[in-house]
Amino acid sequence: MALLRLEGVSKSFGALTVTDNVSFAVEPGQALGIIGPNGAGKSTLFNLITGNIAPGAGTIEFDGVDVTRQPPMQRVVAGIGRSFQIPQPFTNLSVYENLLVAAQFGGGRHRDVGGFCMDILDQTGLAKVADNTSGSLSLLQRKRLELARAMATSPKLILLDEIAGGLTEGECVALIQTIKSIHAAGTAIIWIEHVLHALNSVVERLMVLNFGKMLMIGDPAQVMASPEVKEIYLGIDV
Amino acid sequence: MIWVDTIVQGVLLGGLYALFAAGLSLVFGIMRLVNLAHGDLIVLAAFVILTMAGALGLHPFVAVLIAAPVMFAVGWLLQTYVLNRVLGDDILPPLLVTFGLSVVIQNGLLEGFSADSQKLSAGPIEAASIKLGPIAVGVMPLLTLVSAIVVIFALNQLFYRTKLGRAFRATSDDAVTAGLMGIRPRNVFAIATGIAMVVATIAALYLGIRANFDPTIGPARLIYAFQAVIIGGLGSLWGTLAGGIVIGVAQGLGAAINPEWQILAGHIAFVLVLLIRPRGLFPRAND
Repeated sequence: MALLRLEGVSKSFGALTVTDNVSFAVEPGQALGIIGPNGAGKSTLFNLITGNIAPGAGTIEFDGVDVTRQPPMQRVVAGIGRSFQIPQPFTNLSVYENLLVAAQFGGGRHRDVGGFCMDILDQTGLAKVADNTSGSLSLLQRKRLELARAMATSPKLILLDEIAGGLTEGECVALIQTIKSIHAAGTAIIWIEHVLHALNSVVERLMVLNFGKMLMIGDPAQVMASPEVKEIYLGIDV
Repeated sequence: MIWVDTIVQGVLLGGLYALFAAGLSLVFGIMRLVNLAHGDLIVLAAFVILTMAGALGLHPFVAVLIAAPVMFAVGWLLQTYVLNRVLGDDILPPLLVTFGLSVVIQNGLLEGFSADSQKLSAGPIEAASIKLGPIAVGVMPLLTLVSAIVVIFALNQLFYRTKLGRAFRATSDDAVTAGLMGIRPRNVFAIATGIAMVVATIAALYLGIRANFDPTIGPARLIYAFQAVIIGGLGSLWGTLAGGIVIGVAQGLGAAINPEWQILAGHIAFVLVLLIRPRGLFPRAND
């Protein structure tokens, strides 16, 4: 049974259709990459999955339950974690407290919630700054915190929105390692990314969005090799 | 010696103002909601205590134990069914709604309790005093200040040491992201307003024992509360206590010079603090 299934999901803002009849499924533990030009509706798709915006048509199923009309909090508890493209930490809380909030409200059950959070901080390289206020972090640290906080909600599916954007090559390599270890632990991933080599080193399938439509989905190498993708996404004339 | 006495009495009075303001500060800090009915809700709480004390023959200090959960429920319902509906990017709708609520509460109380002055009677403790060196301090004013310190200490512990407190702070930072962590901001707001009403009930207890009250005195309490919050710095609870004390001392000193200057002196102190420190004495770092 698929972990996440979208059937004919559409969303329009006025005359602009930002998500146009999108259908796909993600199996438990699978990693799906999403690429597409700016304005293709990638982040909107995430907002639809998390419940921050409601679709105009179609259904979203998660873990066998129709969540189309569920509010975001319920979906987090059910197991959908999300990291934002622009990091949005709770700036007045410490790094550790950011995770604690996610762990205590995000649906996981822990006998030792503090230890659980510290383990994630270790895994994401944030243990040293655990007691700093998150407002004082660098960009890389904020991106790591986005990831760590999403992990602390004990997700079955984690949504990563351009988490590698703006990082140096070295920082990117370290982040990929962390994401690979999350994936290896059995968490399904949907990852929107412009940094293609980072994306393709993790995902098993790749989806291309353009003007809100799903152009194709499949094996990353085949998708990248297709003429339509080269033309639309990479801007190469064929 | 008269000056020391005046300042001490002012500090004690500041405890009452801090109690008026703590609930306002809490609600503003968490949901950026300016509750113009806060003063009237304090007066409403005083009438609830009065009714409980009268109907059950209880001492006000016991009646407050019943009134507090009643007022928590009032706050919870008010937030859930009224204020949550108008909270948003625009600050005007909640201002208008709470202003309307203020008028409704005043008129409702006038209808139910008439315009007569009321008082909570606490018995001999009202006149009791203890000697502190050269000056005598009233037991009730002292108890008021101690209560204010305990309330603010307890709120701070709640904010920084508990799961609920972290939810308050996270929601205050970013309600949408808090939702993505599984927090239900509307529930958080309802609990916060409930707690603010419990604090308002404690304030009402000391207000009603200290002096007469009637249904129309809410707005003036609101002004003192606002001034205390702003002097202290928005979002800082200890700052709110300091703000209350600044106003209390200023009023005491004003009254010592000329009884007509009591209220005016508090307002002047408020303006002076704003001129020197526009963000208040203890502003929050990130806002």
